[in-house]
Amino acid sequence: MEYAAILHRCFRCGYCKFPGNYIDLNCPSYSKFRFETYSPGGRMWLLRAWLNGEVQTSSRLAEIIFSCATCGNCVEQCVFPKFKDDILHAFIAGREEMVNKGVVPPAVRDYLKAIQVHGNPYKLSAGERRKWQEGLNLETYSDQEYLFYVGCVGAFDERGIKMARAVAILLKNIGVSFGILGAEENCDGNEARALGEKGIFQSLAEQNIRDFQRRGVKRIIALSPHAFHAIKNDYPKFAGSLEVFHYTQILAMQAKKISLRQAQAPRRVTFHDPCYLGRHNKEYQSPRRVLKAFPGLEMVEMNRSKENAFCCGGGGGNFFTDLLGSGPESPARSRVREAAETGAAILAVACPNCAKMLEDAVKAENLEEKIAVKDIAEIIQGGQI
Amino acid sequence: MEEIYKELVEIVGAGYVSNQPEERFIYSRDPGTMEPHEPDLVVMPATTEEVQKIVLLANRKRVPIVPMGGGLVLSGLSRPLKGGIVLDMKRMNRILEVNETSRYVLVEAGTAQGMLQAYLKKNHPGLKHSMPDSPPMATIGGNVLIHGSGHLSHAAGFHSEMLNGLEVVLPTGEIVKIGSCSTSPYWFGRAPLPDLAGLFLGWFGTTGIVTKLAIKLFPNRPYQDVGVFVTEDPELVPDVLHRVTGVQVAEDVTAWMTPRPDWARGFQHININYAADTPEELTGKRNLIRASLQKYIREKVGGFMVLPPPMKKGFLEAPQTTLVQFADVRKGGGFEYVGGIMPIELFARAYRAGIEIAEHQRTTYSTGARVIGLGHCMMFFFAYPFNRADEADVERARKALEETNRVVLDMGGIPWKAEAPAQKQIIQKMDPKTFDLMNRIRGVLDPQGIMNPGNWEVE
Amino acid sequence: MDGLKYSKEVCEACDTHDCLIRCSYIKMDLKTAKEERQRLLRGEKSPVLTECVTCYACEEYCPHGNHPFYLIVERQEQLGIWPVPQPLTKQQIIMMAPKGKIIPQKVRSPVVNMCYFPMLAGCVRGKLFQGASTIVGSDVFCNIMWLHFGKNSVIRERLPEMIANIWEHYLKDSGVKELICFHDECYGAYTHLAPAFGLTVPFQPIHLFEYLTRRLDELKDQIRPLGQKVAYQRPCSNRLIPETQHWVDDIFKRIGVERVERKYDRGNALCCGAVIRAQQMEDLADDVQKRNLDDMVETGSKYCVFNCPACLFTLGDAVMKRGIIPILMSELCQIALGEGIKGA
Repeated sequence: MEYAAILHRCFRCGYCKFPGNYIDLNCPSYSKFRFETYSPGGRMWLLRAWLNGEVQTSSRLAEIIFSCATCGNCVEQCVFPKFKDDILHAFIAGREEMVNKGVVPPAVRDYLKAIQVHGNPYKLSAGERRKWQEGLNLETYSDQEYLFYVGCVGAFDERGIKMARAVAILLKNIGVSFGILGAEENCDGNEARALGEKGIFQSLAEQNIRDFQRRGVKRIIALSPHAFHAIKNDYPKFAGSLEVFHYTQILAMQAKKISLRQAQAPRRVTFHDPCYLGRHNKEYQSPRRVLKAFPGLEMVEMNRSKENAFCCGGGGGNFFTDLLGSGPESPARSRVREAAETGAAILAVACPNCAKMLEDAVKAENLEEKIAVKDIAEIIQGGQI
Repeated sequence: MEEIYKELVEIVGAGYVSNQPEERFIYSRDPGTMEPHEPDLVVMPATTEEVQKIVLLANRKRVPIVPMGGGLVLSGLSRPLKGGIVLDMKRMNRILEVNETSRYVLVEAGTAQGMLQAYLKKNHPGLKHSMPDSPPMATIGGNVLIHGSGHLSHAAGFHSEMLNGLEVVLPTGEIVKIGSCSTSPYWFGRAPLPDLAGLFLGWFGTTGIVTKLAIKLFPNRPYQDVGVFVTEDPELVPDVLHRVTGVQVAEDVTAWMTPRPDWARGFQHININYAADTPEELTGKRNLIRASLQKYIREKVGGFMVLPPPMKKGFLEAPQTTLVQFADVRKGGGFEYVGGIMPIELFARAYRAGIEIAEHQRTTYSTGARVIGLGHCMMFFFAYPFNRADEADVERARKALEETNRVVLDMGGIPWKAEAPAQKQIIQKMDPKTFDLMNRIRGVLDPQGIMNPGNWEVE
Repeated sequence: MDGLKYSKEVCEACDTHDCLIRCSYIKMDLKTAKEERQRLLRGEKSPVLTECVTCYACEEYCPHGNHPFYLIVERQEQLGIWPVPQPLTKQQIIMMAPKGKIIPQKVRSPVVNMCYFPMLAGCVRGKLFQGASTIVGSDVFCNIMWLHFGKNSVIRERLPEMIANIWEHYLKDSGVKELICFHDECYGAYTHLAPAFGLTVPFQPIHLFEYLTRRLDELKDQIRPLGQKVAYQRPCSNRLIPETQHWVDDIFKRIGVERVERKYDRGNALCCGAVIRAQQMEDLADDVQKRNLDDMVETGSKYCVFNCPACLFTLGDAVMKRGIIPILMSELCQIALGEGIKGA
């Protein structure tokens, strides 16, 4: 197994369970399940034991390995500089082994099958991808400055669609030149990659790269940090080097225009850093720059923010597989409680996965009167979602 | 066990009990060198009442029960030597009360050191607790109960000396309060009552399960600094420690001696951490500390290093992350150490012994000593890293640890948080009447012998 | 004495003894100065040997170039006087020892010598250093620091090896003769210290400031004058090479900054305090640093320029806390060229 050589170097010291300020637990699966097995250190030791034959293949082992949300907190906090960067690579490599052996949790199997068969996890037809932009009069991509790429959640999920629409409208209003692919868009593959399905990911990546190249796409605005991450960091391995931005970065470049927009009534807002924008790609400033530029917003930070942000639980495929489950100790519910404690009326997000996970959590926590989950574009648009 | 499993599910809920191979594997071992011992069950209670029910169940069924905090003791004390139930206490992590005026905090035993530190920084920034150098996941309960030490131990002793009171579930299931809290709503101390806390300190969970503790807090002064005094003659160190502790202004005095990097080999470095409310006070404390060592400075046989900012930053961290990084020295994710509690006058002997043992066991090492109180004693540690994937390397470290335990005892020290084999060596050296008393106490408190059996026992 | 180029007769004939009279740290009258200098010449103990803070200034003050400071260091070692406690001195000798890991490589002009400060290698970037090669490491460490430790013997032992390493492994086969010395220490070591110890240097050391002046002239159309007040922390090593001081003014003129007139600059410069602390004189170090910083703050300077890594590491934080930006000379020039500071 790739990265097997680092597994024994884990000391199980547990720094990976915390953010840098130790204020609370910060590993989504450990925070939810609390057994040592569900911590990054536990996973490292179990993977090694599995490869050595000390622990047998089992559905529980698979669940433990696949419950990691790939949020990267362990990589950020591990105190061993010589192998910390490979921790998540090792978990994904472990997942690859399990995929190859056919020992994955049923929810993972179903997800991967849906991607393989339908090209999306919702098992909907490709034509459904065009529905999110109905009525917005968006141009199909043909040599505009940017391709606006919405991904599966932005195209198919009700909450994701709202966000995609808000972002598209805002980009249009501030004069960004972009086109979309509509029904011809394909899955970016990031979750397949994170779930250890190398083959599916490579196939999707190569297909997308061919499509982009055929259309002459040079610059992409990604709605989802997951797509942003995959296109930026993994597509180049398949000779697909494109300039990709997260939409908040484009908005940040236009901060002056945003600052001239009409202020709403003063509101306190707190920002939830998406893992695939923040920790994985070190982009903490652009969303904040945008929020600070918009008149009438008072920004407060949660105890765990920026590189210490607590994952909503929607990464590593969990948005679809739900291995982290629900309940008051689920990461999303813990996160919205933290957000509410700041006194903020708005929990700002910049990822469709986060939007859905956190909005559902607000409902589960009965916090709807206290705090609303809104994507940055929705906040600036000011209108109803 | 199936029946016990079902009853545990009734007590804590299905999500917090496991009889699965994965949990049994991980909870059978800690990151040290001791051989694994698998539990039958792992359970995670959330309240004292759940702990009580679990203990009553274990008594009824005569099943061993082993409380576990962070699992970072490294000497394998939370391994269930005779199987049974491991109680992972970390769900009991609430911070219950901070009394600012009387400077104490009441926590559940599974509260992580890091989380208490963060909580105080945020909510009571003028106060701090004595932070050990173990990783932040180490628990308050675990560390106090093994007589841990940390960044305020020069000022205030072992962490067990900073204990104000306990709530304990006895092996027979009673919930008992120890200290002032038994008689008063305040947890201000163990005096003036008969001090029953000693029944639970240093016993490795063989006399009961601590569910709550109150510990002393100390002023968290805004200005901090560290001086590192360097000598190359270990014979001088006891007097250096005696002088510097006699000034009574430092918070922590810890020596470190390591063969790597090259420039550190053969030198003894003594970190003296101090803090103040104003820059002027900080300078004053610095000067008092330096004045206490003038003799050696004048003779040019010792002096304070000029610390580059990154090095100083590391020495001001609590806990120090660099100490844990020692585990990767052999690229193998492991280290274990013997902490010999001994008088400071044994420093040179301990230092030389550490080097000799490492040399003839052919293992890498690092040594150091944290001063307890006004030099009343020290925790002299002999640390050996190992490559977990290399059984020969693990064995080398194990042999070095065994020899170190023997040597520490021979010179008049006592291994701290001793692993099971070292406990037997301690018992051999102990006054038989003392050990007899320990057994009598255990017999009264734990008539069924269910509490972490295999510890503090002879074959 | 083993190779040290000084003349006993010149000292004996001196009637000003500027070396001791002008010292900022040891106060003595002319009569006492004469007596103490005689003691030093005879190889006897003198309070000068224990009170000297090793700021190198007397090397500059001596009108005869007769190396009064190098003689002090020689006597310290001969008489077993340790300016810095023995354990700390010994540690430094091990820490800064050549590791013997030098790998010959081809370099091309301009070749910038970063000495043993790899953490500053990132400063060699941008238009000023276009196409530059850098050399750095323990095996090219200039070793001048031993003057602070009373260890001329270490200089004698290691400096020839460093000169040979630089020449044999980098410059000679690359056909490059000029070596840009990023720090005053290195330039001072190869142009002043080495000859004083009877060592020949086969390459041509160029002071960084001379190089920067040259480059600024080449890039003059791209300079946007900064219009700022700047304090300059003159390092002790510059006392060995006072002829390079004018480059500071030359650079400042080109980039449009004012070198503020302050008490503790030029001939009156104060030690950053690092070595005074190493000598365990904390109160004196506090005093020296406070006077220096107060002096900078009074001028209303925006920046404080350093050219010594020890000064920068020692005073950088303190300077920042007093509201002044610590900066290297090359970085200030980069700002004037519109390049900004790396990481800012």
